[in-house]
Amino acid sequence: MRVLLFLLQKEFLQIFRNKTILAIIFVAPVMQLLILPNAATFEVKNIMMSIVDRDHSSYSQKLVEKLRSSGYFILTDYSASYKDGLKAIEHKKADLVIEIPAHFERDLIRHSKADILISVDAINGVKASVGGAYATQIISMFNRDIRAEWLPATRYNNAPMINITYSNWYNPLMNYKTFFVPGILVLLLTLVGGLLTALNIVREKEIGTIEQINVTPIKKIQFIAGKLIPFWITGLVILTIGFIISALVYHIIPAGSFLTIYLFAAVYLVAFLGFGLLISTYSNTQQQALFVTFFFLMVFFLMSGMFTPIESMPHWAQVLTYFNPVRYFVEVIRLVVLKGSSLFDVKRQLLVMCMFALGFNTWAIVNYRKTT
Amino acid sequence: MEKEKVITTKQLTKQFGDFTAVNGISFEVHKGEIFGFLGANGAGKTTAIKMLCGLLAPTSGEAAVAGFDVYKQAEKIKKNIGYMSQKFSLYDDLTVRENMRLFAGIYGMDRKTIKQRTEEKLKQLELEPQADDLVNSLPLGWKQKLAFSIAIFHDPKIVFLDEPTGGVDPLARKQFWEMIYTAAHNGITIFVTTHYMDEAEYCDRVTIMVDGEIKALDTPGNLKETYEAESIDEVFYKLARTATRKAD
Repeated sequence: MRVLLFLLQKEFLQIFRNKTILAIIFVAPVMQLLILPNAATFEVKNIMMSIVDRDHSSYSQKLVEKLRSSGYFILTDYSASYKDGLKAIEHKKADLVIEIPAHFERDLIRHSKADILISVDAINGVKASVGGAYATQIISMFNRDIRAEWLPATRYNNAPMINITYSNWYNPLMNYKTFFVPGILVLLLTLVGGLLTALNIVREKEIGTIEQINVTPIKKIQFIAGKLIPFWITGLVILTIGFIISALVYHIIPAGSFLTIYLFAAVYLVAFLGFGLLISTYSNTQQQALFVTFFFLMVFFLMSGMFTPIESMPHWAQVLTYFNPVRYFVEVIRLVVLKGSSLFDVKRQLLVMCMFALGFNTWAIVNYRKTT
Repeated sequence: MEKEKVITTKQLTKQFGDFTAVNGISFEVHKGEIFGFLGANGAGKTTAIKMLCGLLAPTSGEAAVAGFDVYKQAEKIKKNIGYMSQKFSLYDDLTVRENMRLFAGIYGMDRKTIKQRTEEKLKQLELEPQADDLVNSLPLGWKQKLAFSIAIFHDPKIVFLDEPTGGVDPLARKQFWEMIYTAAHNGITIFVTTHYMDEAEYCDRVTIMVDGEIKALDTPGNLKETYEAESIDEVFYKLARTATRKAD
């Protein structure tokens, strides 16, 4: 126990003396939390629209006005023909072309029926599908408006309509930041837990100080605890800074209890510290450790549900996510922050995380050798 | 009277794949002596020292250090030895005082004793003004002296020094050997490897290693007599001529 105190003293002295590590620990999280949620937006805005209005009627103008005033579209091109409109897409001047054919107004009034063509640039799949959907929605609203205009509310109105009312539970304003910020907190903890630990230990191998340690009667468990505890504390400090920023900047205050989040985070950190330690036992240089860790973290992040819903992944990928520790924390932090889930609700995830923690650390301790 | 043996090895061997770094070496080191291990780069000195310190598991053969078996009791050996690696391996980003405190702490010394001894050591090293400077600001010669005093800080029975004076200027080397004498005088057995032949003259007994094998082991005086040489340097050349292994 006393030996451990000497080791902890040493680690903290080194952490506080290393400006780069300090920046990674305290500045990077702040920057990431301030920048990422605003830049990595899930909302699609500023869709560039090319209009081919071959009707030039009052209805066609009304429709264009409606699209423009929605806030999602910017009119960047006004072409005479569909062909020109496609050119605008080719030249990156437009994301979609909306063609209003000649006699649009006449057909609409005479035959109660008219066609509109929407062509979308699908290079950016998200923008294409969301942009197309917005345009469709706006046009159907336009459609409903003119119907209301023509058919004043009479009881003979024989066109029944189903009115849908949405209610967004747990995130009433559908604010994607409320959804995204907890994910970033997970990302930060994972980086500290996995990467910093691995690099720290491998650095000692590189400069040879680990040999001086290995030749002492220090116990494996003392050395490992001496390495893990400082980063465990650091991780929880980062989480706290993260929550303070979330509250101050994004007004995100967990609906559930902090205790649940911190308890889960504490176990999660132990798991990822073990992961970092494990990587370090297999690497001899910081470069190796960095590449191996990044490979795993990249896969873990992309398959965690942080960016894309796990439910939309193919079945085999969904099965793989069960072996991804990040997945569980992303799930839990969102449940607790947004839905207010209790410790009891996330007990299954907590149990799985305990198993990851135990597994990684046991493997790492077995694989860590004082004698080669 | 039989002298107390603190290190004994019998046919100690280390292979890395097909390469035999140390090939069946047998020797004994007596308590309180300065035991020199001479050899060219790549002769197997560092491998031998690492096996004795419990850093490297031997492939075959027997060895006991401070009465403990290197295979089964490596951790007990570690309590009784000090080690100074070829490559400077104290913490550069800690101060002189902090390095002393850390290693003393790991060996289980209490804070009060550590404080006392730190002051003593600083005085001996004449490093008092630099006690709170980061180690990376010290010149190499001082770093080596510091590494040595940390290796013997906890009063080990044996201290292993792996090319302790590599890259150090002649004056600092001389001072370093004075420290070694003082430690030996205080009863610490010194096991030192070197490729400076003049340093061999300072040892009580010298082993000359060529290509992983011990070619000679005796006092410097006897060696010169046996090989009809003026200096250990000459003895070494006579023996090392047979070497086939390239320096790494």
